[in-house]
Amino acid sequence: MSPTEAGPAGLRGWWLASGGLAVLAAGIAGLALGPADLGFGEVLLELVDRLPLIEADSGLGERQQAIIWEIRLPRVVLGLLVGAMLATAGGAYQGVFRNPLADPYLLGVAAGAGFGATMAIVSGAGDGIGILDPVPLSAFAGALAAVTLTYLVGATGGRLDPVTSLVLSGVAVASFFTAVQTFVQQRESETIRQVYFFVLGQLRTAGWNDVALLAPYTGVCLIVILMVRRRLDALGVGDEEAGALGLDVRRMRLITVVAASLGTAAAVSVSGLIGFVGIIVPHTVRLLFGTSYRVILPLTVLFGGAFLVLADIVARLAVEPAEIPIGVVTAFLGAPFFVLVLRTARRAR
Amino acid sequence: MTTVACRSITVSLDGVEVLRGVDLDVPSGGWVTVVGPNGAGKSTLLRAVAGSLTPGGEVLLDSRPVRSLSRRETARLVALVPQEPVIPPGMRVLDYVLLGRTAHLGFFEAEGMGDVEMAVSALHDLDAGHLAGRTVDTLSGGERQRVVIARALAQESPVLLLDEPTTALDIGHQQEVLDLVDGLRSERNLTVLATMHDLTLAGQYADRLVMLDGGLVAASGPAAEVLTGEAVSRHYGVRVRVIDDEVGPIVVPVRRAP
Repeated sequence: MSPTEAGPAGLRGWWLASGGLAVLAAGIAGLALGPADLGFGEVLLELVDRLPLIEADSGLGERQQAIIWEIRLPRVVLGLLVGAMLATAGGAYQGVFRNPLADPYLLGVAAGAGFGATMAIVSGAGDGIGILDPVPLSAFAGALAAVTLTYLVGATGGRLDPVTSLVLSGVAVASFFTAVQTFVQQRESETIRQVYFFVLGQLRTAGWNDVALLAPYTGVCLIVILMVRRRLDALGVGDEEAGALGLDVRRMRLITVVAASLGTAAAVSVSGLIGFVGIIVPHTVRLLFGTSYRVILPLTVLFGGAFLVLADIVARLAVEPAEIPIGVVTAFLGAPFFVLVLRTARRAR
Repeated sequence: MTTVACRSITVSLDGVEVLRGVDLDVPSGGWVTVVGPNGAGKSTLLRAVAGSLTPGGEVLLDSRPVRSLSRRETARLVALVPQEPVIPPGMRVLDYVLLGRTAHLGFFEAEGMGDVEMAVSALHDLDAGHLAGRTVDTLSGGERQRVVIARALAQESPVLLLDEPTTALDIGHQQEVLDLVDGLRSERNLTVLATMHDLTLAGQYADRLVMLDGGLVAASGPAAEVLTGEAVSRHYGVRVRVIDDEVGPIVVPVRRAP
């Protein structure tokens, strides 16, 4: 099925609406479901009540309201931000490297963040809370250091083409950081569990601090990536042809990589290394809605956020009162779903 | 008034001198076709003019050196139809032609209605309007070539570079594409610089031919002067008969008697 026969590739209203609906549905489910069962209707009324000029009585007590506004909503918003960022960064990397297997961790962000977090945890700094918590700060620094190193090494690629050179230097840098991280982790066995949890990813229930830390980064990075989405389509014809069309390919690649890497670094520093979102969401959107990045990226923002919020619900509730690492859920649910989309989309062609 | 001028162009690729001092001029509104055996440096010359690589010597567009122009400025002066264009999987024809508008849009800008109209009219000029909704990777060779040329037209650059535009086509489609380009040249006052393998066709469409061999200009001028049996035999290492016809020289390879 080819979208919009007459006009150029673009978003259709109902596609955006379905993405918005997915976000809303996941959000309400995230607020309603948990150890204290609040009920979908009550949560909806409580939300409506906060809208200006509208009064609605949800019938929820003060304690239940506090659960919604101070515990669950920050976590839902955090899930939306992290999911949107990881998924969109994955989509942008796939475009800029013309590689369907590219994910946000391609250039060493995850390995660097894991290294940074491990260093903070083993040095005993991991017990701080909120905005002064050194673990996310150290993870963020490690992620940026790794990606910068990858870019510096990749830029001196000699005879290789720039894309291959960058991807290969990402492999080298990631292996190096992972090796150091594993070495440190093995020597400090009493903190191994904490490190392990970071590596598998978890959305923390830490009030609004993490959200406030993350929102500016995700906001700016997502906007930049969305603004270059037309250029990503042009890059599809290869570096040389895109250059002949008037595109400054190096600048374009640098801007996209910086935005995607910075956003990913910020996201994983608070959420840990949640895998698979950056591959599965953009590819599902591509299979369902078409191959133009003008369509893929905006929808990936919405569906990425919704997907991670849903995964987090499963992570919280599946083996209550314990929590499964969310990275396990994204892969466990994501992989079969992805296979399903892959098969049905192929048949529809 | 756009002219293309190459002054002592040299290019080395992986240490091999591909072009060794090439001079070439294309007057505004003219059609020059570069011929020569495989490896003579034809495509490299076009890439140098398109700004895809930086040669020694000087390429001038409108008397301005290409090395001083940004990618965007260069793309507004020359549009390239590559020999083997990269076709992004699943991309629709209209979106593909719209890529030609890249040089006219700001870095963060999206194309407007005017750009879409431009792309549609370019498709119509190449009798390809009905293909707009198809995906490029499902087109036949002839259809695809017209769509790639439409993308170059949408670029609105006064100079059109065609790198072996007919190599993948049967003789009917070869003639069709070259006739279309020639029509557009007069309609839109385009300047054409092409490379071609088919010497007979090359001679029929170009005002002047430039024969390259080993990175040097071996001969240049009207077809009748360049396509002599002696010159073709020497530079291509082939046994040919050149028949003087009213449409121009006809170059026929001749098999050695068995």
